[in-house]
Amino acid sequence: MDMPAPSIDVLNRKSRIVERLRNALSAEHVKSDPVETRAYECDALTAYACQPLCVVLPGSTGEVGEVLRICSEERVPVVPRGSGTSLAGGALPTSDCVVLGVSRMSRILEVDYENRCIRVEAGRTNLSVTGAVEEDGFFYAPDPSSQLACAIAGNIAMNAGGAHCLKYGVTTNNLLGLTMVTMDGSVVEIGGAHMDASGYDWLGLVCGSEGQLGVVTEATLRILPRPEGARPMLIGFASPEVAGACVSDIIRAGVLPVAIEYMDRKVIEVVESFSQAGYPDCEALLIVEVEGSPAEIDDQLGVIGNIARGHDPVELREAGDADEAARIWLGRKSAFGAMGKLNDYICLDGTIPVSELPRVLQRIGALSRQYGLDVGNVFHAGDGNMHPLILFNANSSGELETCEALGAEILKLCVEAGGCLTGEHGVGIEKRDLMHVQFDPVDLEAQMNVKDVLDPAWLLNPAKVFPLSETATRRAAA
Amino acid sequence: MLTPSDERELAEAVAGAAGPLAVLGGGTRRVGHPVDGDDLTVAGLSGVTFYEPGALTLVARAGTPLAQVEAMLASEGQMLAFEPMDHRKLLGTSGEPTIGGTVAANASGPRRVRAGACRDFLLGVRFVDGCGRIIKNGGRVMKNVTGYDLVRLMAGSRGTLGVLSEVCLKVLPRPESTGVLLLVGLDVEVAVRAMSAALNSPYEVSGAAHVPVGLDGDPVTMIRLEGFEASVAYRVERLKDHLAEFGPAGIERRTEGPESAKAGWAWIRDVEAHGGTGEDVWRFSIPPRDAPALVESLGDASVVLDWGGGLVWAAVEQGRDARRSLSSGHATIMRADDETRNRLGVFQPEAEPLASFAEGLRRKFDPEGILNPGLMG
Ligand SMILES: Cc1cc2nc3c(=O)[nH]c(=O)nc-3n(C[C@H](O)[C@H](O)[C@H](O)COP(=O)(O)OP(=O)(O)OC[C@H]3O[C@@H](n4cnc5c(N)ncnc54)[C@H](O)[C@@H]3O)c2cc1C
Ligand SMILES: Cc1cc2nc3c(=O)[nH]c(=O)nc-3n(C[C@H](O)[C@H](O)[C@H](O)COP(=O)(O)OP(=O)(O)OC[C@H]3O[C@@H](n4cnc5c(N)ncnc54)[C@H](O)[C@@H]3O)c2cc1C
Repeated sequence: MDMPAPSIDVLNRKSRIVERLRNALSAEHVKSDPVETRAYECDALTAYACQPLCVVLPGSTGEVGEVLRICSEERVPVVPRGSGTSLAGGALPTSDCVVLGVSRMSRILEVDYENRCIRVEAGRTNLSVTGAVEEDGFFYAPDPSSQLACAIAGNIAMNAGGAHCLKYGVTTNNLLGLTMVTMDGSVVEIGGAHMDASGYDWLGLVCGSEGQLGVVTEATLRILPRPEGARPMLIGFASPEVAGACVSDIIRAGVLPVAIEYMDRKVIEVVESFSQAGYPDCEALLIVEVEGSPAEIDDQLGVIGNIARGHDPVELREAGDADEAARIWLGRKSAFGAMGKLNDYICLDGTIPVSELPRVLQRIGALSRQYGLDVGNVFHAGDGNMHPLILFNANSSGELETCEALGAEILKLCVEAGGCLTGEHGVGIEKRDLMHVQFDPVDLEAQMNVKDVLDPAWLLNPAKVFPLSETATRRAAA
Repeated sequence: MLTPSDERELAEAVAGAAGPLAVLGGGTRRVGHPVDGDDLTVAGLSGVTFYEPGALTLVARAGTPLAQVEAMLASEGQMLAFEPMDHRKLLGTSGEPTIGGTVAANASGPRRVRAGACRDFLLGVRFVDGCGRIIKNGGRVMKNVTGYDLVRLMAGSRGTLGVLSEVCLKVLPRPESTGVLLLVGLDVEVAVRAMSAALNSPYEVSGAAHVPVGLDGDPVTMIRLEGFEASVAYRVERLKDHLAEFGPAGIERRTEGPESAKAGWAWIRDVEAHGGTGEDVWRFSIPPRDAPALVESLGDASVVLDWGGGLVWAAVEQGRDARRSLSSGHATIMRADDETRNRLGVFQPEAEPLASFAEGLRRKFDPEGILNPGLMG
């Protein structure tokens, strides 16, 4: 993966830049010692790492503004950072950049039940947003598997999703307002507790812009009353194709489960040996969860069970109590960890129309054999958001490259099937050079035009999202 | 009048335009600042090109009549969950609203409180920018974070950044049954509290509206529940208990042919109460809690509250600056004469630096300033 050559001019001015930042923030929050900045050299795409020029940890919107103004004047690239759990290399530094972390900004600013929203500082972790309102029976819906660690800032930048998005939508559908600082240090207020925007949909535009338009410092998020209850059902199938057909039929029937999760044999086996969830021995399984009162849940699971029976399930298991429900989810929740114990992996995130699931799963199997690397599939089936995990050994020379080549083939397959390169993890550096597969040059130009307006000098996270060749002139002008 | 019949002709029409263009779908309204220019209608780009009920997705050319889309969905037991309004009664216009116009205005009805707005159901767009370039963004999958989200940017941009040629929407199953709780006689402040209590309950309220002067003259508060028959029956009872402090609630539940409940919500959705009156009509999007103060400040204006109080439609005397009553959120003039619209501005003036960014986007997407110039500022 190429990264642009660092600006020698910026590297030469390191001490002056650090000095200016230290004068603006307290010295302890500007880290330039390599021992201290090491923790920021990569995100969860650990195959790539680079020490930044320095790391700043501002404590307020005002301080973020100061930092950005200085960096603008000094023409230093800035890489915003939440918790560094990006799987796409979105928070990967360059050696000539300042990493701007918002982790110190994690306060709850206002809980507002009358307007059903909560205002938080953007460094707050996803799960602790729900934590602040759950005693009163509310929750924040988007639930990425990384929710214990990842920050709202990163969720907004990546437009994060999660298992329960089938019913509740992703970050952009649950974001009501935000405070953002643009590269020149201007503070921008967008939206609020009201339900739609006046003027253009700035919220929608900023959400998913991968830290390239501004640094988000505060957010107003929609909170929802918790349903009366929820219960999963586990269904095992004799083939991936049948499981895929069942997903389509469930959706068609008008039941709207909160989640439909899929795991294939590879993942089931690994997970079984790791967590002993008691999953059946089968080619594919679905976990379908529905919500409501006990009677409503019975009703919906009844409908789903009937549909599933039409597909000759190997096993059909309804959670009788909370304990059984937890066991059904246990394996799914530990899937990524379990796969990681087995080997190194990269996790893809292509999304396809649900109806294409059977065909695409078959093709992935063929590609896996062709490249000689195992692929496990565990994903959000209800919305076609696949997560093929390609297993490889990082210590074996050339395997990372083979793995990336296989990954690229799988993502091309997703686009060809009518889907896209990434459903929730973002482009980052990982899929940057595949953007041509999905977009024509005019499409990319239109997107880059937006960055030209909000960050004309292309200093915010400049080497991400777009193919480097497309952005070369713009970055050089900086 | 330019009348392209496909995307290519649309692109040529824009590229070859001699001057400003007024972009029309069905051309059923004249809200927004009056646009001086040649009419460009996309009504010729019509037809549903893809519909897969099992994947909940539909693709239509921008000029497809909304009614055609809705009929097609109904035949498969599905719907546009964001419940777009038909504004013809309110604005006294005629014609055929299009799916492109609906998206361009981000038009969303009562179900917005639960299901989301039009922009939340928009999966992909194709559009022609001011230079005549054909651009696509998003796609036809439920989750997509590949590149910047121009899909949402186009929703609500009212033809000022590009002319939509095709839209892809997520659709939802049509509920089997609808139940409505009616609370009578509440003043606005109490009504907003009641709607809030309903929306904050776990019973999945899909509509919460209040009219201070209902059909028989008394205030009426309407709360809607939708879903499978048994589930609605259960939730209606539970919610009734939950709202007991607000007085006895009447229950309207039509499981076979929900016509009556439907008509009531269409009346709210289309703001029929303000149709055909001589007054100006304003639309306020505000934090729901602020509704009572807004209504109080509007004085003798006649109002309809939707979205649990978050959407207030006010009919006020002609020429009056109702925006003065606003303390948060934004206000749009939906119906008034040209003089009033020019003097007061149809849309809420945008604060800096957003106003400059908006201007910057228009310069990038429409360098010659030919697409609905001045409509949004
Ligand atoms: C085990 C595991 C499971 C995961 N599961 C999911 C999942 O289910 N769903 C999902 O969507 N993702 C998932 N992810 C990916 C990741 O957690 C999300 O992308 C998350 O939103 C990143 O948040 P973060 O705070 O860690 O951001 P970071 O990694 O710090 O940054 C991510 C991006 O956000 C930008 N950014 C950070 N802060 C700001 C700011 N203040 N202003 C502007 N831009 C900013 C960065 O520049 C970068 O481009 C998973 C990751 C792991 C490791
Ligand atoms: C300022 C304004 C606010 C509105 N607010 C609401 C609301 O809050 N809720 C609601 O339910 N309805 C609202 N509407 C009404 C909504 O526009 C109509 O319900 C419906 O969209 C009209 O369809 P049409 O085809 O007749 O569109 P038209 O009346 O022809 O056009 C509506 C707007 O969209 C633009 N437009 C039309 N077609 C295209 C296209 N293909 N590409 C780009 N732009 C296009 C037009 O230039 C115009 O600005 C609003 C309309 C306007 C103009």
